[in-house]
Amino acid sequence: MADTLAQHGAPQVPGHGPAVDPGGEGGTRRDFLYLTTAAFTVVGVGALAVPFIASMNPSRDVLALASTEVDLSPIAVGSAVTIVWRGKPVFVRRRTAEEVQAARQTPLSELPDPAPDQSRVKKDEWLVLLGVCTHLGCVPLGQKPSDSRGEFGGWFCPCHGSHYDTSGRIRKGPAPANLAVPDYVFTSDTQIRIG
Amino acid sequence: MAIGLHESEFKNPVIRWVDARLPVFTMMQKEYGTFPTPRNFNYFWNFGGLALVNLVIMIATGIFLAMNYTAHVNFAFDSVERIMRDVNYGWLLRYVHANGASMFFIVIYIHIWRALYYGSYKAPRELLFMLGVVIFLLMMATAFLGYVLPWGQMSFWGATVITNLFSAIPLVGESIVTWLWGGFSVDNPTLNRFYSLHYLLPFVTFGVVFLHIAALHITGSNNPLGIDPKGPQDTLPFHPYYTAKDSVGLIVYFIVFAALVFFAPNLLGHPDNYTPANPLVTPPHIVPEWYFLPFYAILRAVPDKLGGVILMGGSIMILFILPWLDTSPIRSMRFRPLARIALLVWLVSFFVLMYCGAKPPEEPWVLIARLATLYYFAYFLVILPALGAKERGLPLPASISMPVLRGGGPLPAGAMAKPMEKA
Ligand code: HEM
Ligand code: FES
Repeated sequence: MADTLAQHGAPQVPGHGPAVDPGGEGGTRRDFLYLTTAAFTVVGVGALAVPFIASMNPSRDVLALASTEVDLSPIAVGSAVTIVWRGKPVFVRRRTAEEVQAARQTPLSELPDPAPDQSRVKKDEWLVLLGVCTHLGCVPLGQKPSDSRGEFGGWFCPCHGSHYDTSGRIRKGPAPANLAVPDYVFTSDTQIRIG
Repeated sequence: MAIGLHESEFKNPVIRWVDARLPVFTMMQKEYGTFPTPRNFNYFWNFGGLALVNLVIMIATGIFLAMNYTAHVNFAFDSVERIMRDVNYGWLLRYVHANGASMFFIVIYIHIWRALYYGSYKAPRELLFMLGVVIFLLMMATAFLGYVLPWGQMSFWGATVITNLFSAIPLVGESIVTWLWGGFSVDNPTLNRFYSLHYLLPFVTFGVVFLHIAALHITGSNNPLGIDPKGPQDTLPFHPYYTAKDSVGLIVYFIVFAALVFFAPNLLGHPDNYTPANPLVTPPHIVPEWYFLPFYAILRAVPDKLGGVILMGGSIMILFILPWLDTSPIRSMRFRPLARIALLVWLVSFFVLMYCGAKPPEEPWVLIARLATLYYFAYFLVILPALGAKERGLPLPASISMPVLRGGGPLPAGAMAKPMEKA
């Protein structure tokens, strides 16, 4: 009996019955206990990790950040304002007729991230965008009259050279996607609520 | 000697009493006193010790900065200015800490380059080398986190760009970035956790440094010839020989360090970081600290977001498999005429990338960065494996002591002819 145990490499425990698996599958009762203990430890540590990891996600006060109202009436045709929503800049641009036309006439096949201009606005004139470059998060230039607007008349991100068009769609450079359109509604003709 | 006590060789009764119960003195004596060390080290072997000193300096200055620093978006910038203007010697602490990070990277880059040149990554030191790469990664993380703390424009936008790298990961990328931020942009929760981690990681680094040195003391040091010591004639006790040699290097290191701190404390920094962070305005040209420029250049050299991130990460991760990419049995590049040139060109490509990383992403810099990136990877993935199979090395000396002590064997002609002039 001692020989059998030694062959299996299991330690001899005085006063205990054979630890050999009677079914002959190769595993012993001791192996089973080791595996169960290990499995419980892994699951337990995993469960304990959840609150730690979750604590790093946005807290309730951050999530509760109220939506932002924007009064559109002072914005002249062809100009733009930047407002802050959830700590990020939101671009509101009142587009000229030419800018709208330029956006609409671009064939979708020329776009790296195809989306018709109509799907990106609620009213033709008003373009509302998250002012965050979809490459690595810089704020593109193009809001101020003195800014470079890039090769497509929209925005230009100076960080790594992404060009956006008058619909905020990516046209050239490393950014993979169009500038995002945040959730917003027109609460009146001259007022929107973002978020 | 009572049972269970260590047989101490120390004479001083107090030391002996402690050593018998906790043989730290015996250990120090063994690992740093009599430790047999190859007798032919050159000054490249100073840099490991310098790195350790540098880590201690960072922790010491950091702890005292932390006593006056406030990790809040509304106060962080001003608290650093207060350290600079009002806190006694605060300017010194901060300039030593900020320039200490630069010194740390200079030292570590030379230290890594030494390992590449003399083949210290090869058997039996693979794990030792990999632990070194882990330390390098921890250092990079720590320096990045620390640079965010003063909450200037470069702090903020550097943090934004680097954390956004994770958004390139398909499917879960955006959630990971939100999780890293603890919000929807880099903001107060981000600053707080960065501070917490910036405090923690140097101590984790310290732990890995301990393992790195423990592994070193199993395999023993490599040396400029890359051949193993064959006996006591090839080694010297660490003390006093290398404690003395290390001290010489340490003094030079302190001179360079002091020159930076006292005469050019902002030379390696960026003036934009003296402008408080503004989440609505990106500076026209954002650049990371100089020590990240080569990797930043690789990121920008790739026209695809995910691809750029993968290559940037890969440029360091590749070091983990370097011991298996280089199949040549010869360690030191002194005896590898072709690989040696290839490695020197690799060093050039590293500096070219560093230069391109500081330039705006325009031609010709993008093209140059692409070529340099290509070579950077080709060295590891193509040239080293190919040379491992093809290259014919120069004959290795029979032992370390032979060329050093002139103990017979072939000597360079000049050394034989005029021995007196050499002395
Ligand atoms: C591996 C070691 C370390 C590295 C590479 C490192 C790097 C840095 C860097 C680059 C900065 C920004 C300096 C500036 O431009 O102002 C910084 C700031 C800071 N670090 Fe560290 N650090 C290290 C260890 C520590 C430790 C151990 C502590 C705390 C115990 C610490 C506390 C601070 C504090 C409070 C600041 C903000 C004050 C300032 O900006 O000068 N650091 N660190
Ligand atoms: S962040 Fe805009 S181009 Fe990189």
